[in-house]
Amino acid sequence: MTEPVIDVAGLSKSFTVMRKAGRVRRRREQMVAVAGIDLHIERGAMVGYIGPNGAGKSTTIKMLTGILVPTAGRVRVDGLEPSRARTELAKRIGVVFGQRSQLWWDLPLRDSFDLLRHVYRVPAERHAANLQRYADGLDLGPLLDVPVRQLSLGQRMRGELTAALLHDPAILLLDEPTIGLDVISKEAVREFLVAINRDQGTTVLLTTHDLTDVERLCERLLIIDHGILIEDGTVAGITSRYGTERTLVVDLAEPGEPLRIAGAAVTRVEGPRQWLRFRRDEVSASELLTRVTAQVEVRDLSVEEPDIESIVREIYRR
Amino acid sequence: MASLSVWRRLVGARVRADWQYRTSFFLFLLSQTVVACMDLAVVVSIFSQVDSLGGWSGVEVALLFGLSGVPFGLADMTISQVETASRHIKAGTFDLFLLRPLPTLLHLSATEFALRRLGRVLQPLVVLLAALVLAPIDWSLETVVLLLTTLLSGTLVFGSVWVVTSSISFWTVESQEVANAFTYGGSLATGYPIDVLGTWLRRILTFLVPLAFVAYFPAARMLGRDEPLGQPSAIAWATPLVAVASVLVARAVWSLAVRHHRSTGS
Repeated sequence: MTEPVIDVAGLSKSFTVMRKAGRVRRRREQMVAVAGIDLHIERGAMVGYIGPNGAGKSTTIKMLTGILVPTAGRVRVDGLEPSRARTELAKRIGVVFGQRSQLWWDLPLRDSFDLLRHVYRVPAERHAANLQRYADGLDLGPLLDVPVRQLSLGQRMRGELTAALLHDPAILLLDEPTIGLDVISKEAVREFLVAINRDQGTTVLLTTHDLTDVERLCERLLIIDHGILIEDGTVAGITSRYGTERTLVVDLAEPGEPLRIAGAAVTRVEGPRQWLRFRRDEVSASELLTRVTAQVEVRDLSVEEPDIESIVREIYRR
Repeated sequence: MASLSVWRRLVGARVRADWQYRTSFFLFLLSQTVVACMDLAVVVSIFSQVDSLGGWSGVEVALLFGLSGVPFGLADMTISQVETASRHIKAGTFDLFLLRPLPTLLHLSATEFALRRLGRVLQPLVVLLAALVLAPIDWSLETVVLLLTTLLSGTLVFGSVWVVTSSISFWTVESQEVANAFTYGGSLATGYPIDVLGTWLRRILTFLVPLAFVAYFPAARMLGRDEPLGQPSAIAWATPLVAVASVLVARAVWSLAVRHHRSTGS
């Protein structure tokens, strides 16, 4: 068994903030952003990191990159302590902040890539080969000579991804890489990430608010809330554990009052169609259907599985 | 020196980017030159009223002015960008500087480089060259070496003052005015013979913020003046030492500041 590429134990971060206390006086207060996280990520894994706003996602990412120094705990990324070996680590990781550009705004995309080659001291041939590969994979060819400020958000994000990968990082950290993108751009970014992870074995950790990203990309899902990891498991595992609520959709012969069925609750009525929410551990779908058909005539039916979105909503609500 | 070549490339990129806004560039260059000329106009108008200032003649003060103005302009071009740190901290973009395998100061200096500041070097350079020709300097190898080391040392001292005062913004976020008092104020003070200043101000400029070493002592030495401020004139040769000490202090303060940023977050 190899050592995890991201190895975190008891990681905490608190900030001192000044709160108003009276007209002039201010009070120092400790605000805990991350409250003791343990995390081990194997080389080549692709992990989703989700949580509500302010839960501590970005703070964690910043501690992994060495931007922030932890208040307590142990962090090792590719064997290095980020805050002490910041510049060495910078060569081994690629970072994309969805909300902040790392490209040179007024210069053509190609110039940004060329500058990064020198900043990261990538040999010319390797740079050319990498650029060729990413430009093909992300369809960047026609955009290379366009100044970054003229690119659309989706185009720019493809540029940001390329910029983060040109120096062949072992680990890719993405903070909301699909934020603000349209459906097609999102899909292009996802396909690219899957390919990078598969072909180059790059370890990927991404934070997102778009759960489709997680479903499409990640086997493993971390959920953080109030600075604490509340879930760490496979997407399927979390879905089956929390996804106890399902919905039976029935089309009745004629419109009517909401049904009254033991073990289920009507959540929606639309003409003859009714939605009945039930718990899988209390009643089976067929048992429920028997109870419904005992009261009314059913023309058609379907059972809706819970999607990850509703599960996460349920988890956040606790 | 590999870092230096990266710096040059990043500066080149910045200049190319700025070149897209040419009109603005030239207007700014013009305004910088005008501002620099105003400083000179003050000196000229003083000497239209008096023959000497603290025992220094007009052309001798011009030498002082050039010896302080050229390093100030060079530091302004290469290091003063550090004062944008507070803006980057507020905007949260300082994080991006920490993501690159480069020293933060070098990265910041290159990214925020402004060629238009050239205007602040050119004008004192003209004054310095004129003063070197006209002033009663006893030229020797020593004087030439002293001149060159003084210009380099002065740049480092001014640069260090910039770094130290800008570091304050990591704690306060707003500290531009404090920084300006020392940098611009300092350059103004060194352009005049320190003899005209009050005793306490003299002490500050000699020992606390060692700006007297930037121009005053070397100029006194070059002009063959004895006992500037009661010191032996060989004190001029302490200038490179003062520069090295300033750089060490600035480095320590800067890394402390960056580490502080990283422990408070944005």
